Amino acid sequence: MRLSGEEKAIHAGEFGPLRQWAIGHQIKVGDYLGAEDFVAVGQAHIMADTESLGAAGVEWLERWAALPRDQRLVRIPTITDPRGTDFAYAARLKQLPWMLDLERRTIAALEALGVLMTDTCINYQTIMPPVRGEHMAYGDTGVVIYSNSVCGARSNFEGGPSALSAGLTGRTPRYGYHLDAHRQATFVVEVSDTPRDLSEWGALGGIVGRLAGDYWQVPALVGIEEVPGADALKHFGAAAASFGSVALFHIVGVTPEAMRIEDVVPAGQTLKTHEVGAADLHALQAHYMKDIGTVDVVVFSAPQLSLIELQMLAGMLDGRRATIPLFAVTSPQVKPDADRLGLTARIEQAGGIVLSGMCFYQSYAREMAEANGWKRLATNSAKLVNILGGYGYRPALLSMEQCVTAACAGGKLR
Amino acid sequence: MSAKIFYAAAAMGRKVQGRALAASDGFSARYDLDRIRGVFSRPEHKLVGESYNGRILVLDAAKGGVATAWMLYEMTARGIVPAALVLNRANPIMVQGAALADFTMISGFDVDITKAIANGAEVEVDPTAARPFIRVL
Repeated sequence: MRLSGEEKAIHAGEFGPLRQWAIGHQIKVGDYLGAEDFVAVGQAHIMADTESLGAAGVEWLERWAALPRDQRLVRIPTITDPRGTDFAYAARLKQLPWMLDLERRTIAALEALGVLMTDTCINYQTIMPPVRGEHMAYGDTGVVIYSNSVCGARSNFEGGPSALSAGLTGRTPRYGYHLDAHRQATFVVEVSDTPRDLSEWGALGGIVGRLAGDYWQVPALVGIEEVPGADALKHFGAAAASFGSVALFHIVGVTPEAMRIEDVVPAGQTLKTHEVGAADLHALQAHYMKDIGTVDVVVFSAPQLSLIELQMLAGMLDGRRATIPLFAVTSPQVKPDADRLGLTARIEQAGGIVLSGMCFYQSYAREMAEANGWKRLATNSAKLVNILGGYGYRPALLSMEQCVTAACAGGKLR
Repeated sequence: MSAKIFYAAAAMGRKVQGRALAASDGFSARYDLDRIRGVFSRPEHKLVGESYNGRILVLDAAKGGVATAWMLYEMTARGIVPAALVLNRANPIMVQGAALADFTMISGFDVDITKAIANGAEVEVDPTAARPFIRVL
C-alpha cells in the first residue's frame, strides 16, 4: 500500500505502540485485499462481545488500555456493538459471574481507549445515520449492509480489531465497498411477492444471501411493489448479511444508488437473474419449523428492536399473558423512550422482559440454553434462526404475532 | 508422478503441514463451531460433528458475521484451532482475524479448491512462497 507521510510516521511508531500496531494490522489486511492506499473514515463501530473476545481478547485490550492517555485514545468517534449482557437481567438469564467479570473488564478497557459504549447494532436508526458517500469503518454486518445500501455510505465489514484500528488511525484500507467498482450489481433478483411482515423480509434476505454466496456479490432486487420501511430493510439486510456475508444490496427504485436498474448494472451486461416468490419465503420458514411443536422461549432480537417494533409488540401483548419466557432486546438509546412511553411496562405486565444493550446471540447463547433448559426457540428474526443452530437451539421463524401467540399458549405452535 | 499443487491469489501467515478437512461449504467461527469442544456444530454444515483442531480447513467461502475477527485469536490462545484456513473466497473478516491471530490463510484459486483437495489428504500450505500454494503431499 502507498503510505502518506503521517502513515509512515505512525507505522514507524512515532505515535506510540498501539497506533503502530493498528496501522500495521491495517496494512496486512489491505495488502491481502488489494488496497492501494488508505481512506479517511468518519466513524468506527466495534463489535467486542466477550464471548467472541474470550479471556485472551480481553487481556489483549487491557494491555493497550494501560498505555499513557495520549497513546491510547481513538481519534474519531468510535462506538460499540451490543454487549454480552444486560447487567440488570443477568441473573434472570442465568449468566455466570465470570461472564459479567469479562464484560466489566472489557467495558473498562474500551472506555480507557476513548470508545463510546453505545452498545447497539441499530446505530443507523438511533445514533447518527451515515450520509451517502461517507466512508465509515463499521463493525456489524447488519450495520454495514444497511449503511451501504439504504444510506449509500461506504464501509466494509470491519471486525473488532480492524474497527479499533480505524478508530486509532482515523482511516481504513481502501478496498471493497469503498470503491465504485465494487458497488455495481452482480446478479438480479426478481421478487414476485413483496414480503408482508418483518419475518418475511428477513426470509427474503436469507434467500438472497444464499443466492449471493459470498461477500463480493451485490444483488439488485426488482419487483418490490412498495417502499419498505426502515425496520423491514433492517431485517432484510441483516438476514442477507448473515446467510450470505452480503455487504451491499440495491432495490431498484428504492435505494439511493439504484433509482434505475441501469444505475447498477454495467452497460452491455446481462446479469444472472433469479426469481423469488411467496413459495420460497414459506419454504425457508417451513424448513426451520420442521418437527417443532412447542418452543421453550420467544426472543425478539438481532437486530435490536426499534421503538416502533416495541410499540407493535406491546400492542400485541396488551390483555394477554406470556406463559413462557419472552424477551425483547433493544438498544440503550431506545430503552429510555420505551420506558418513558410506557411500552416497557406494557410488555412486562404481559410477562415479557425488555433487555437493553445486548443481543441474544452475542450473550453466551449456548450457556444460557443449558442453564435455562431452552432448546426450541421462536423468533421473527431470520438472522437469529440462521445463527442459533450452531449454538444448539432448534429455532423457528415466525411472524411477531405468531411468536406472541405461541408465548401466550405455553409455547405451542399452531 | 507430479504433486498436485494449487496457487492462491492472496496469502498470509506461516508455512504449515497437516491433514485437510475439506467440504463444499462456508465458514464462520460463530455460526458453525462449538469452540469449546473444537467441533463443527451447526446441524446444516457438511462437517457437523468433525473435529477441526490442528486440521487444515479447506472450504468454499467466508460466511456470517464479524465475530471470527476476534475468535481466531481466542481459539489460538486456547490451542483448539485449525492449522490453516484455505478458501475459494475470503471476506475481510477472515483476513482481519487471521492478521490479528498470526494465522495461516490462503484464498483465490483457478479451480474449486474444495473439490481439488480430498478430505483427509495430507497437504502443505505455504503462504510465504513467491506464489503461495497448497500442495497435496
